[in-house]
Amino acid sequence: MTVLDDRPETAAPAPRRRPNRLLALLRNSWRQLTSMRTALILLFLLAVAAIPGSVLPQRGISPEKVNEYFVDHPDLAPRLDRIGAFEVFGSVWFSAIYLLLFTSLIGCITPRLRDHARAMRSRPPVAPKRLQRLPQHAVLPAPAGGAAAVAEVLRKRRWRVEVRGDEVSAEKGYLKETGNLLFHTSLIAVLIGVALGSWYGWSGNRLLVAGADNAFCNTRQQYAEAKLGPRVDSEDLPRFCLRLDDFQARFLATGQPEFFNARVTVDGPDEPTRSADFSVNSPLRLADASVYLLGHGYAPVIRYTDRFGRSQVSDEPFLTTGDSGLTSEGLAAFPDANVDPATGRRAPDEQMAFTGIYLPTAPQQAPFARSEYPTERNPALNLVAYRGNLGLDAGIPGSIYQLDQRQVRTGKVKEVGTKLLRKGETWTLDDGSKVEFLGTERYVTLSVRHDPGSTILLVSCGFLLVGLMGSLFGRRRRVFFRVMPADPAEGSPTGGSSLMEVGGLPRTDYPGFADEFAQIVAAVSGDERATDRADTDADSSDRAGVREGAE
Amino acid sequence: MSALSDNLVSFAILAYLVAMISHAVEYALGNARTRVAAAPVRELVGAGVGGGGASVPTPPAPVPPSGAAERSARRARIAGLVAVGATALAAVLHLAALVTRGIAADRMPWGNMYEFVLTVTFIGVAAWLVVLWKRPSLRKLGLFLTLVMVLLVATAELVLYVPIVPLVPALNSYWFVIHVSTIVFASGIFLLGAVPAVGFLMRAGYEQGKRSFPYTLAKRLPAAVSLERLTFALHAFAFPIFTFAVIAGAIWAEAAWGRPWGWDPKETWAFISWVVYAGYLHARATPSVKRNVATWLAVLGFLTMLMNLFGVNIFFTGLHSYGGLD
Repeated sequence: MTVLDDRPETAAPAPRRRPNRLLALLRNSWRQLTSMRTALILLFLLAVAAIPGSVLPQRGISPEKVNEYFVDHPDLAPRLDRIGAFEVFGSVWFSAIYLLLFTSLIGCITPRLRDHARAMRSRPPVAPKRLQRLPQHAVLPAPAGGAAAVAEVLRKRRWRVEVRGDEVSAEKGYLKETGNLLFHTSLIAVLIGVALGSWYGWSGNRLLVAGADNAFCNTRQQYAEAKLGPRVDSEDLPRFCLRLDDFQARFLATGQPEFFNARVTVDGPDEPTRSADFSVNSPLRLADASVYLLGHGYAPVIRYTDRFGRSQVSDEPFLTTGDSGLTSEGLAAFPDANVDPATGRRAPDEQMAFTGIYLPTAPQQAPFARSEYPTERNPALNLVAYRGNLGLDAGIPGSIYQLDQRQVRTGKVKEVGTKLLRKGETWTLDDGSKVEFLGTERYVTLSVRHDPGSTILLVSCGFLLVGLMGSLFGRRRRVFFRVMPADPAEGSPTGGSSLMEVGGLPRTDYPGFADEFAQIVAAVSGDERATDRADTDADSSDRAGVREGAE
Repeated sequence: MSALSDNLVSFAILAYLVAMISHAVEYALGNARTRVAAAPVRELVGAGVGGGGASVPTPPAPVPPSGAAERSARRARIAGLVAVGATALAAVLHLAALVTRGIAADRMPWGNMYEFVLTVTFIGVAAWLVVLWKRPSLRKLGLFLTLVMVLLVATAELVLYVPIVPLVPALNSYWFVIHVSTIVFASGIFLLGAVPAVGFLMRAGYEQGKRSFPYTLAKRLPAAVSLERLTFALHAFAFPIFTFAVIAGAIWAEAAWGRPWGWDPKETWAFISWVVYAGYLHARATPSVKRNVATWLAVLGFLTMLMNLFGVNIFFTGLHSYGGLD
């Protein structure tokens, strides 16, 4: 059985003149790059290069884990960082591999596209002189209709047929190369889709606390983290606003979540005002953005009444710590506390802050450190009060979820006391000021995204699959028939009537070709019964997909 | 129902053990016959492989067996039939275990690593029975397949077992059925494909005259050429399904997590497996690449699948953390 290379040999004519060395070098490099061996090596490198991306934490996925890694491995981490090990999939070397691979791919399929377009238009080639040299060969009595009858049988079997006098050439299985090229072209389209998405796409993440006061509008500043593609400006973001009206969650007895639903009011110039529900797995689809529900938690509502009797309320979200009981940590800061109403002057050393752990279902006795269940069965807020300069006025960006620890270390902020508060309880501090735990609001973690490349991605993935199947299951093969004039001198066994010689050539690895060849020969010689039987055999073996051919 | 499923798994493991032992007996008893046959096959296939073609060795002329050899050959055949019967029984028990588990959980039994491994192995054995039905001559490969089955199903039972719980909301989507079923199916076929791949590597070495340890195991395996073809057929069948499964996963990920592809560890390893298997198919289609090298790529591909199943679930944390192991 003959196995032909997928890639046609490029028979370069011998150069007459001494070639330009630079050109020769370029041409040879190009040939090297587009060779299958190079492509295989690049594929392998691509697989190997992806491994660190799963072993090491990645900035794009979990920046906080990258920071942890820097703390845990202070020597190794900066060195790894320099070679881009924390951003593997955007690193120079990873990009170099896949760009080379795609260049190699383009270099490979462009000539093949041209060749295939030509082959699709061309007629099956002239039959070789010695059919007996082909992998499949048979001699049979010529059918009554001669070459025309043979051509008819082959056409019925959807072969491309060319009759040249007493010779019939037929070819079938163009689908293999078509599929092959479609698959590889689709891969390029996938890459284009990804590139479009990253150039023209944008995304932002934020927490959204329930209530009209906490509504947000889609601008860059409103996101805790926003990523805009290089071709997107802040002004390009579609204008709409979202307000969380309600959030529902159901859990099993074990604390495993069972159901989430968020109800929001959408509003804004680019969106009709409406109420909409969305959930995990069913995002809110807006005209030019989608809103995804990524997480949820509680925002304790804390009212602080300072020693002058003025109250302020904080409903900052407390971040979940990752356990199934939704134990959350957070900060309620009151930088404007203790402003003397007589003078209107701020007392920078008398700002107030409360760090706390919120337990939706606190245990019956101490320690009150871990919530037992994610819904509010026994809510308790474990607060630590701090007084002093919170360091918010220094202009250094800090987290709104954590107290600035530098201020604590330098003694500018001092701990005043700790207390466990139930809903509605009040805690009077040493200076007569009061803290009240009023209740909680729900909040959701949202991701708002727009990816203009996704349609191209989806469509090209569809073509990719179709092409892949064609390329894997298509089989290109040729058959040739030649009616030989009867030669009475040789004493033909058919008694003077003419004979027909048949040759078959599989152009790709096709173990079942012998069977198919036998069927065709049988069909041409008019043995219909044999044909039917052979047909069913072929069908069943195709279904099994494990055909091994005639042995 | 849940307890019934657990018992059925235990019985299935027992049946696989019986099948494996029977295959081993067949292997041991097959000695007398194949010792005569081995030498001529070696030369013929050696020539065929060298040319890169797939010339099929003609079976050696039957040597008239002596009385004892005939008896032992008959016993070997009986042991082989018992092995196939036990495998079929094990597959039925295996399927029953999955169905009862699914009924008990009131969902498809693919919610955690235990159920996943159980389903993948079932697909593997079911596909093996189909292969066996089409090509009975490959029966002796069953020794290695049942060995893999015993190892994987026992690992699932002993290490990965978790009680039944409903799906988390993230999994509660019709994409769960589409994505996971195709991943399971493709993984099962890749699992089965790895068996003839390893068999081919050993057998090809044996046919080239290597008589050191791993190659001698292949003494009574089917001819290298047919193992290689089976390897390719299974991989060519599984690869588009795997591709579809990954694409379906990307579509689902877009709906659930907001992006089709995010280089989550599981996605990264699926990408690695895809690239390695694509490399295998390309290498197989390139005549200048030796079949041994290509088949090593297939084995490597399966190792990356194993890494994705066990390594990623156990060592890494990511969005696909549904394994149920702590």
